[in-house]
Amino acid sequence: MSEKDADLLTRLERIFRISLGARRLDERLWVLVRAGKGPFIISGQGHEVPQGIITSFLQPTDWLVPYYRSTCAVLTKGMTPTDVMLHFFARAGDPSSGGRQMPSHFGDAEKRIVSGSSVIATQLLHAVGIAHARTLLGAQEIVVVFFGDGATSEGDFHEALNWAGIHKLPVVFVCENNGYAISVTQREQMAIRNIANRARGYGIYGVSLDGTDVEGIAHEAQKACKRAREGEGPTLIEVRVPRLAAHSSDDDQRKYRSDHELSKEALRDPLAALERFLRVRGIVNDATEAALEQEIASGLLAAEQEAEQSPTPDPATIGENVYLKEGSDAANAS
Amino acid sequence: MQQTLLEAVHDALELEMARDTRIVVFGEDVGKKGGVFLATHGLQERFGNTRVFNTPLAESSIVGCAIGMALGGLIPVAEIQFADFIHPAFNQIVSEAARMRYRSNGTFGVPMVIRTPYGGGVHGGLHHSQSIEVFYAHVPGLKVVVPRDSYTAKGLLASAIRDPDPVIFLEPKKIYRAKDPFIYKEVCKDAYTLPLGNAEVIQEGADVTVIAYGAMLFECWKATQTLAKEISIEIIDLQTLRPLDATTVLQSVQKTGRALVVHEDNMFCGYGAEIAAEISEDPDTFTSLAAPIVRLAAPEVPAAPYSKALEEAFMPNAEKIVRAIKELAYWK
Repeated sequence: MSEKDADLLTRLERIFRISLGARRLDERLWVLVRAGKGPFIISGQGHEVPQGIITSFLQPTDWLVPYYRSTCAVLTKGMTPTDVMLHFFARAGDPSSGGRQMPSHFGDAEKRIVSGSSVIATQLLHAVGIAHARTLLGAQEIVVVFFGDGATSEGDFHEALNWAGIHKLPVVFVCENNGYAISVTQREQMAIRNIANRARGYGIYGVSLDGTDVEGIAHEAQKACKRAREGEGPTLIEVRVPRLAAHSSDDDQRKYRSDHELSKEALRDPLAALERFLRVRGIVNDATEAALEQEIASGLLAAEQEAEQSPTPDPATIGENVYLKEGSDAANAS
Repeated sequence: MQQTLLEAVHDALELEMARDTRIVVFGEDVGKKGGVFLATHGLQERFGNTRVFNTPLAESSIVGCAIGMALGGLIPVAEIQFADFIHPAFNQIVSEAARMRYRSNGTFGVPMVIRTPYGGGVHGGLHHSQSIEVFYAHVPGLKVVVPRDSYTAKGLLASAIRDPDPVIFLEPKKIYRAKDPFIYKEVCKDAYTLPLGNAEVIQEGADVTVIAYGAMLFECWKATQTLAKEISIEIIDLQTLRPLDATTVLQSVQKTGRALVVHEDNMFCGYGAEIAAEISEDPDTFTSLAAPIVRLAAPEVPAAPYSKALEEAFMPNAEKIVRAIKELAYWK
């Protein structure tokens, strides 16, 4: 069932590179917001590694349905820091939305990353519908959908698990539980500690993991994707992660979280856990890490410059793409 | 052959499904039962339970999964059993389906149809009679279509299914099984389409323009029969509420100088307000008006009450339309 050790290490090393890149990108976006270069950013700090590991089990033809903390997931599925920067600067060349959506609302049709909204949990039903369609059309594809703990309070979460359970659809539901829906604690959201327990009510398999358990996440993600691919139905994976930054650049989490809590939170950073895991095994050391940091920094600088210098959307295009123009292609991958 | 509106809906679904294997039909009770109105009767038997299937009683998932299916390469035709129950899906329709193409800059689209029986006059009370058209006609990215008879139902539904964008297809259930010749039309047994976005002048006249859609057209037509010797009335069926074919309306009102809009939705912020605004904003039409624009609509109550006496008071009908036309025709 499990990957060979060597394959697992190769995978985790790749995810470490992408996750560290996502972290530095995220940090840079905060700086750009504070410098007034953009009004808004949603942060994924603390969430990167589980996203990366789980997404790494997707094939190019598989579908990723992200949410607004999914920076590392979309990078793992093939988007680039330049794509994210074009989106942040709302440029015409933004592949997610051509400058129409707020930052962190990712999408890329070619890479089968489905466009998301700001509305919580709606995307779970889209993931289920895509899986339903692809199965009916005979494609051997799976769908992974990401969301937070707050999303599990929405009716669409329950309706999605129910539908996926009824039809045994190839969907992997991934709940990134950081304990907070903006400032509302998990205790205020629900009477249970373990969100994965909700899977049982829909006749599907559920598992709860700690975000620092990188081997466990890889093992369960592989299992869930395999089950989906082999027609054994959906899985709900809950990963408990820290939210290292505030909900968004418009939020100050020090207002509702103590210094003590925040300093404890930093100790369970999955990125640090993955680094330790790779250092112990000799895959990462000071020299490789310094080289990686340098590579990431120069790549980010280039991405930022390219995006910032690229043109903004032409105001004359504001009315385009409300409906499909007659005679053009429907543009849905199928 | 002559058909009821309901039979025409059924046949359009069957013919389109036979033509394109990507089309799937689903909703509450649409499977073996064939729908509570029998619009999907026999479809599961013919096309199998993977293309025609029952869903959980959960409207948000019916529409949300339809969006996903459309993204995944199918053409979903979802049924919401009564328009009154579509509200839990409002979020999926408005925030998601309507915006997908725009927010993805044209890289994702949602070719799907939501069919739903709507409207009053069926003793359905507050929760089986609602007119919901303006909630969705307000939203760019959606199309909203309402047939008036069997002939338009079949052609417009086929077009809705072949359209690359989300269409809300509202079926006036009061006239589903009506056998009056105005509704029970001759329908070609083969598939055909009628273009979306076109209003139709269904009766030409010179004195007054009456603008309506859905079940109200039959009432309008009966009213014009009553007044035939007295007033020359032009009737326009809007057919598509979004996008609106304003040109047909404006040309007619320029000719008659008098406009009456009839709908069974209540008046405030109703579809008649949009028609009145279109007429008022167009200089040529505005200056040709010989009388103020008149709207005839349901009273300002939350929805149609159940009691026969109250429901009759609620619904616009031929008698009320006759009075409104007379008032308009003789206004000076």
